[in-house]
Amino acid sequence: MKAVRYLALSVAAVVFLIPFYLVLRNGLASEQEITAPSWTFWPRSIRWENFALLFSDPAVPLVRSMVNSLVVAVLQTVGQLLLCGLAGYGLARIPYRYANVVLYLVVATLMIPAAVTFVPTFVVVSSLGWVSDLRGLVIPGLFSGFTTFLFRQYFLGFPRELEEAARIDGLGHWGTYWRIVVPNSRGFFAALGVIAFVTSWNQFLWPLVIAQDQDAWTVQVALSTFLTAQSINVSQLFLAAAVSIAPLVVVFVGMQRFLVRGVTETGIKG
Amino acid sequence: MRNGRAFWLFVGPFAIGLLVFVYVPIVWSLLLSFFDARNTVTPTSFVGLRNYADMLTDKPFLSSLGTFSVFAAFIVPLTFVLALALALLVNQISFMQAFFRSVFFLPTACSYVVASLVWKLSIFNGVRFGLANTVLAWFGAEPIAWTVSTSPPWYWLVLVTLRLWLQLGFYMILFIAGLQRIPHHLYEAAWIDGASRGWQTLRHITLPQLQTTSVAVVLLLLVAAYQAFDEFYNVLGTDRGYPPFARPPLIYLYYTALGSGGQDFGHGSAGAVILTLLIAGVTLLQGRVITR
Repeated sequence: MKAVRYLALSVAAVVFLIPFYLVLRNGLASEQEITAPSWTFWPRSIRWENFALLFSDPAVPLVRSMVNSLVVAVLQTVGQLLLCGLAGYGLARIPYRYANVVLYLVVATLMIPAAVTFVPTFVVVSSLGWVSDLRGLVIPGLFSGFTTFLFRQYFLGFPRELEEAARIDGLGHWGTYWRIVVPNSRGFFAALGVIAFVTSWNQFLWPLVIAQDQDAWTVQVALSTFLTAQSINVSQLFLAAAVSIAPLVVVFVGMQRFLVRGVTETGIKG
Repeated sequence: MRNGRAFWLFVGPFAIGLLVFVYVPIVWSLLLSFFDARNTVTPTSFVGLRNYADMLTDKPFLSSLGTFSVFAAFIVPLTFVLALALALLVNQISFMQAFFRSVFFLPTACSYVVASLVWKLSIFNGVRFGLANTVLAWFGAEPIAWTVSTSPPWYWLVLVTLRLWLQLGFYMILFIAGLQRIPHHLYEAAWIDGASRGWQTLRHITLPQLQTTSVAVVLLLLVAAYQAFDEFYNVLGTDRGYPPFARPPLIYLYYTALGSGGQDFGHGSAGAVILTLLIAGVTLLQGRVITR
């Protein structure tokens, strides 16, 4: 029974790893090897020069689009944690006459996935003149009702004794939040932060809509453009894909604990 | 009064953004949906409900809703069963548990664009040297033109396996979290009562205890399938290739509102409103079921 279990898991694991193998194989092989009639398991001589070709090719703005993706993902992660964390704390802990009204307005947006409203959002963002602009890529994605709601739920369960001790020491709401609550909630911030980073890095529809000039492309838009183009260099495209996954593999290996926690938090309470 | 200031200090920046980037677009688009708004976002010609009537009698739009249903009918049960199976298997072993969990979770690091690239150009590229056709050739079968084959519609196999690979790990993690919340004494009690370790405990303890997780997973899957865009766009290609293929609602909206044939925000907005109402219905149902 145990052996059957391990056999099933091993077969599944191999199947799951095949696409990663294909990205590397195709990226490092020559065009002839990829299109050869018989399957070559691994390129006979690894073509490291593919890297040099990829980064020097003016038709593939890989470096530029990677930098764009990185800037967008970092700004969205930091911005979301900052804005939604503050708002979540205010909603959880500061008694105020209209707090419930604001909370209802936040919760109401949970029913409307951002992807479905991309047309209306595009209308607003384009009339602000933010098409093909960093602001248009970053800012509309910062105001996640979902993240704020998760923060509120988390802060509701934060130990009150810690906050009261801070209050006795003369700290106001602001001081309590930054000196006591945030330092004691690092794990939660890390969990939501990793999820925000991965989501931002991999998002496609919004950048496709808003980044119309080549200079504003994120790496996903760049890859997609060459994927749907007529003439493409297959091995270069796969190498670009490998390069685009690399930052996330680093995140996965380094922060898996937080990632798993983030998935559990965002999945179930959603 | 002091509380009011503190409250807005914390909530204000977020609330302003929510207003400008969520509520203003929704209201604006509600307005646009009653106007003839081709290539303009400040239209003047009021058409009443005509955009809605057009959309609800528009064959491609209705068929895009049908496409969503077909897609959901495959992807939701398949992901559910396979993710649960993986979670049960991973949860039962001790040696190399972390390794297997990581492997199944790793595809979450890939975007739909990268997965589309692998599926379209390497596994299912339709020529003899593609992986799927290479494997078929080992068994003496003829190559299949996967992504351009409409009868039989092999492209569905491409789209469904792609999404399975990308999302199984995510839902497996949710199921594992659910499994670990089941109190162990329930199993011990069942074993004392003579229940077998396999099917009986699964059916009478594990599955009932996983009810909350299961409902959440099904509804998350439904909403995610509804929003399918990336892989349809990248695997099936441009709007020129579309008529013979199925297209999900967001793809249709994308080409209506922002496609090469001109920007039609009136019809696009009406479509967005219809979709929003449908999804809001599903989510309300989710809230109802989970909080019950």
